Amino acid sequence: MYVAVKGGERAIDNSCALLAEARRGDPDVPDLSIAQIEQQLRLAVDRVMAEGSLYDRELAALAIKQAAGDLVEAIFLLRAYRATLPRLADSEPIVTAAMDARRRISAVFKDLPGGQVLGPTYDYTQRLLDFSLAAEEIPVPRVQADGIAGAGGRECNEENMAGVVGLLAQEGLIETHAPRDGDPEPQDLTRQPLTFPATRSARLQNLARGDEGFLLAMGYSTQRGYAHTHPFAGEIRYGIVEVEIVPEELGFAVAIGEIEVTECQMVNQFAGSKSAPPQFTRGYGLAFGHSERKSMAMALVDRALRAEELGEAVKAPAQMQEFVLSHSDNLEASGFVQHLKLPHYVDFQSELELVRKMRAAHNQPCDGECAA
Amino acid sequence: MNTAQWRYVPPPEGNDVESIAAEAGPILRASGLAKRYGARVAIEDVAFDLWPGEVLAVVGESGSGKTTLLNCISARLKPDAGQVEFLTRHEGVVDIYGLSEASRRLLARTDWGYVHQNPAEGLRMDVSAGANVGERLMSLGERHYGRIRSQAAQWLARVEMDASRIDESPVAFSGGMRQRLQIARNLVTRPRLVFMDEPTSGLDVSVQARLLDLLRTLTHHLGLACVIVTHDLAVARLLAQRMLVMKDGRVVELGLTDQVLDDPQHPYTQLLVSSVLQP
Amino acid sequence: MNALDESVLDTREAGYNFAYLDERTKRMIRRAILKAVAIPGYQVSFGSREMPLPYGWGTGGIQITASIIGHDDVLKVIDQGADDTVNAVNIRRFFQRTTGVATTERTSAATLIQTRHRIPEIPLCEGQILVYQVPIPEPLAKLEPREAETRVLHGLAEYGLMHVKLYEDIARHGHVAATYDYPVMVDGRFLMSPSPIPKFDNPKMHMNPALQLFGAGREKRIYAVPPYTRVESLAFEDHPFEIQRWREACSMCGARDSFLDEVITDDNGARMFVCSDTDYCSLRRADSLDTTQGEDQ
Repeated sequence: MYVAVKGGERAIDNSCALLAEARRGDPDVPDLSIAQIEQQLRLAVDRVMAEGSLYDRELAALAIKQAAGDLVEAIFLLRAYRATLPRLADSEPIVTAAMDARRRISAVFKDLPGGQVLGPTYDYTQRLLDFSLAAEEIPVPRVQADGIAGAGGRECNEENMAGVVGLLAQEGLIETHAPRDGDPEPQDLTRQPLTFPATRSARLQNLARGDEGFLLAMGYSTQRGYAHTHPFAGEIRYGIVEVEIVPEELGFAVAIGEIEVTECQMVNQFAGSKSAPPQFTRGYGLAFGHSERKSMAMALVDRALRAEELGEAVKAPAQMQEFVLSHSDNLEASGFVQHLKLPHYVDFQSELELVRKMRAAHNQPCDGECAA
Repeated sequence: MNTAQWRYVPPPEGNDVESIAAEAGPILRASGLAKRYGARVAIEDVAFDLWPGEVLAVVGESGSGKTTLLNCISARLKPDAGQVEFLTRHEGVVDIYGLSEASRRLLARTDWGYVHQNPAEGLRMDVSAGANVGERLMSLGERHYGRIRSQAAQWLARVEMDASRIDESPVAFSGGMRQRLQIARNLVTRPRLVFMDEPTSGLDVSVQARLLDLLRTLTHHLGLACVIVTHDLAVARLLAQRMLVMKDGRVVELGLTDQVLDDPQHPYTQLLVSSVLQP
Repeated sequence: MNALDESVLDTREAGYNFAYLDERTKRMIRRAILKAVAIPGYQVSFGSREMPLPYGWGTGGIQITASIIGHDDVLKVIDQGADDTVNAVNIRRFFQRTTGVATTERTSAATLIQTRHRIPEIPLCEGQILVYQVPIPEPLAKLEPREAETRVLHGLAEYGLMHVKLYEDIARHGHVAATYDYPVMVDGRFLMSPSPIPKFDNPKMHMNPALQLFGAGREKRIYAVPPYTRVESLAFEDHPFEIQRWREACSMCGARDSFLDEVITDDNGARMFVCSDTDYCSLRRADSLDTTQGEDQ
């Protein structure tokens, strides 16, 4: 005899218990510490902070631990936490030109003031699995005393690290974006919904929070001809910037801390018209932590999304605002894709009935007694 | 809350040419039209009248501004200067760029028609022929499936299509058939004014001839006023009572088609006419 | 409390507000709700927040409920018509933990009902609020994915596109193909998606004494049908709207007028039909225990 399914609550509790066990794994293996994750999985922490839109290395590390390494799940945890935090102040814009750069390269000039500073990157390694890392503790070769990994060993002096865009702008070769009159406040997508056409600030914020994989694919598509924008990596910088606020009582800026960011400025296809001489156009990418892949992809997509603004025909997905900006958020994407696991049997029942009816009508010609 | 400052009232069945000619005044009047792109002049100082039931051909080489003109007078492209006035059925003359967006859109799908050179641009390629023809009726509130379908079938027949293809998708149709379908889709609300952009270019010669014949019959029987953009003088000769010749964005000649073709006054028109291969 | 419960975050202790959302956010959402009620069927954009449940799993409905729930409310949460499905359990527990408000499985005892994909069989009364979870708020989305376009269509009440789709269904299949999320006209003005309720439930929306609120968290839209509002399912005059009917009755309570779930009972495909609305079914069974005669027909 059929008994209606009950016990959902108990099933859920048991599922949570199993999850806790699975997350911890073999209890004989030492528990991961937050500090270990924060230090030794720093790039995962960087990504979680960037897409979680919250700069807090320890919280990000905690989220990664709780999520057993599923970074999208960790990003979710951080975002949900962020949504509950009070907002104390708006910071001043960070000044990337004043960055204490650990790494700074440019593909458009062989050499430039401040030099090509290679910094810590996987770019120059060979991707051979290093089995020595499987052993417990191995001494890490210390970098030379000055800590500089610059071409020619030159010192990385922030004062003479002029930005490439600035250099090009001196000659008027590249477009510049002066803030609009009155320097209006940027739109905040965590407070107001996105509408189309999107403002520049909304677009950049959306991309900065966007899923790295999605933006990577979109950016890649432009390089393969789906709206090629002839990009050059004008400058990529990774390092530490100060965060400043201007408290009302003081009336001047005070530094409240430092964060690491990665900035990418792409130099793209030049545009001009009969009235204006040609200039290079730009794409911009910025992310928390050391996130070159993300900031470069973001810069490619930013430029592609400016197609209409620059009078280019919109033909490829990477140029379609609604397509890119509506699907870049991995929380939304993951949630909706995975919601298909939720029960849908009522709607499916309706479909079953319809298909059965249509098949019956198909197999037996209607003799006037069929239901409508 | 439906915001039409201009209401659509369906016309009585059986428009005949006489009753339309009885209306006073031109059905469309363009005056002082200009459109520029930066320093480049697309059209300048264009003016003409179009009378009810009259077919006007706009002729010129590519780059003459004829398509820009068509778009300006059909409310698709706002001109930089000038006016376009339309004689509505019941509310007198209106400045089309003075209407609300809602009214313009309503006008475009009721009393006007627009036939694209590429029929795929003027059709919904992913629904059936019947749905294509019935759409305007549905957007105006027709809610009886049987009536929509029978009207669609009637119009398919009027454009000399096989009405049994009513449920097929236009993807399966030849270029000529798609063009007929586009025409039917426009005419179902019995518009009084139809704009056509090179309606027969891109079709092969025999198909062109039959389609031109159809257009000639329809414009005559339905008393349609038409503006047809074409680079082909033979099309103008066959379909249009009057002809407007454009060069470099300006009107260089305007007059009765036969007169302009047989006795062109402007040197450019003379060149155009003489360069057409004589049969 | 076992070890598992203690390890679970206790939101009240962790300093979260009543119903989790901060008051400013609740106010913002209530303003959106008021706007929605003032324009029946119109989709109001709102600044949807990240919630502890994923987007796509009811965050819109949760945000609406969180913004209007009060200490004296009695909350019912259902998914697919049942109180005990995983989504309903999860959401009910969320509100229990963040508000301490009383919960119930009885439709008639609830002041606030959050639902996924069904309307309760028992008619609602004035003063009750039904909150629907909506995945895709835009009824034209499958025909025109661009929001910039659909906004214009709604603004000008240009809904020909939807009727073209219905015409096409009839031309192709002989009837409209949609069996759930069947589009409706609200108050004769706005085309609305009723959420993926089966079309069986559409008539319940019309002139309902309760307030009906719709939340789409991921898409960031709220819309509403005030009490006693016209809600008409789209149809043609000669192809009128019809609801689903079953030949079978509910195997548990004998009902012939409720939406039935199909349950497969053995490997040979034997099946039986049971009321989807668990409250309705259990009430009928309780009633039939009181009377000596069964209700089988």
